[in-house]
Amino acid sequence: MPSGKISLADRWIMKFASINWRGLSAVIGFFLVWQLAVIFEFAGFQEIPSPWQVINTFFSDFLFSDKYWVSWFISFKRVLVGFLLAQIMGVPLGLFLGTSPTFYRLVFPVFEMLRPIPPLAWVPLSILFWPTNEGSIIFITFIGAFFIITINIFDGVRSIKKEHVWLARSLGAGNFRIFHKIMLPAVIPAIAVGMTLGIAVTWNVVIAAEMIASDSGLGRLTWEGYVSSTPPVVIVGMISIGFAGYLSTVIVDIFERRMMPWKYKK
Amino acid sequence: MSTSKMKVEGPLTGKVSIRNVTKVYDPDGANVVALEQFSMEVPAGDFIAIVGPSGCGKSTLLNILAGFDTLSQGEVYLDEEPLALVNKPALPGPSRVVVFQQGALFPWKTVLENVTYGLLKQRVMGKSDAEAKAMDLLARSGNLEKIGGLYPNQLSSGMQRRVEILRALINDPKILLLDEPFRAMDTVNKNTMHQHLLKIYQDNPKTIMFITHDLEEALFLADRVIVMTTRPGTLKLDIKVNLPRPRRREMMASKEYLNLRQQTISAVREEAKKAFERGERELA
Repeated sequence: MPSGKISLADRWIMKFASINWRGLSAVIGFFLVWQLAVIFEFAGFQEIPSPWQVINTFFSDFLFSDKYWVSWFISFKRVLVGFLLAQIMGVPLGLFLGTSPTFYRLVFPVFEMLRPIPPLAWVPLSILFWPTNEGSIIFITFIGAFFIITINIFDGVRSIKKEHVWLARSLGAGNFRIFHKIMLPAVIPAIAVGMTLGIAVTWNVVIAAEMIASDSGLGRLTWEGYVSSTPPVVIVGMISIGFAGYLSTVIVDIFERRMMPWKYKK
Repeated sequence: MSTSKMKVEGPLTGKVSIRNVTKVYDPDGANVVALEQFSMEVPAGDFIAIVGPSGCGKSTLLNILAGFDTLSQGEVYLDEEPLALVNKPALPGPSRVVVFQQGALFPWKTVLENVTYGLLKQRVMGKSDAEAKAMDLLARSGNLEKIGGLYPNQLSSGMQRRVEILRALINDPKILLLDEPFRAMDTVNKNTMHQHLLKIYQDNPKTIMFITHDLEEALFLADRVIVMTTRPGTLKLDIKVNLPRPRRREMMASKEYLNLRQQTISAVREEAKKAFERGERELA
């Protein structure tokens, strides 16, 4: 047998050996303690459903329910639209702020005035301003990501190595080339950071906004579970939101790897 | 003949005349004089090392030549043509390419893309010709053609610096400006890099201005060592290094070398001490 080959059985043994046993037992322990806390009615746990109840509720009422998957779709759509709008407006704005001192002096004070206002503080005004609920939720989602993305791009432009720009000029690149061949690739890492932070914030914001101002989406589903005194629904909602956020991070991560092959090749 | 360097026949380009160059920075009205009445002649094809304490204006001088900075007084000529004047500073161009201390390879481009960058931007040749030329250059520089498809962060810092020097050389610059390119390296790596640089210079002798504050490095590599004073930077000492080429490590034990070192070391120490004391004063 050639020495370089590893048999399938060996492969499984290696996989088995590389499992994080401590972590796995802690996860099992977490659910076990939860289940016991509910069974023995620890303080505060009287109203809390057990993990088993949550799983049962999920399989009986949610897995095959259209309404549940529509909630997923609606929240995802809101996050996506808000996030994309924030990218489309934040990236160019950050680039302009970083490259033009005049534009910076003109716009940055207003930007800095609005930036500290938490996205959820915009909820009432947003409802008053936008004709539809959908519009206001998307707006709030957008606000959540917009400032973070812009400030990251702005920082990215300012930290471009002057040597890169100088070298490009020495080697014969003109102004336009410098912009799209040096500045753009140089700020890609900043765009990626903006994406990672932005997507996390959009999920935070969209859930809260849905609870306050919407009749649909995963946030609303969770809130309705509370209002209708069906605690298992609350927990199904929480887990769904967590999973949706995780899924979005994975997708963003894939994009980032595509955007910066040079960062991930080792 | 004191040097065994093979000079290429015909007119060698890259003669630099720096005449009374003064550079005053004016951040918030505090006039900092980086260079004062600095003059020096660099014959075409010479390897010049410039040594001096931090902040003595070495990098300023290089940046003026490269076209990244302006001058306040004086003039610079390249092959008898005005290169940088007070009201007409030099523009950056492929005749004067800098290799920086921290390295400035484009991290988002592969080695091959980095090396061909200049040829393609200046439209001297098409992509396939440029790539062939780059591969040939990489191959002749110690089998580097194997790393053409890698990104800079996949290379060691020594490799990165070699690629960077080649990226400059492929454009056939008149002057190669090296701004402490090996500063962050350990001694072993540095020695290897010295050998590579000397080989490059031997194969294709062109004017090199090499900034460092490592005196040993300067004496080992250069035909001439310029010691600069602390700020404002002026010329303190101009020493000819009559060591034969090709240079070898053993020469650093020779009488001539030790002699040169003796002559220069006190000048460098003196300026370093002045710079240090001024730093203390400025902090106080």
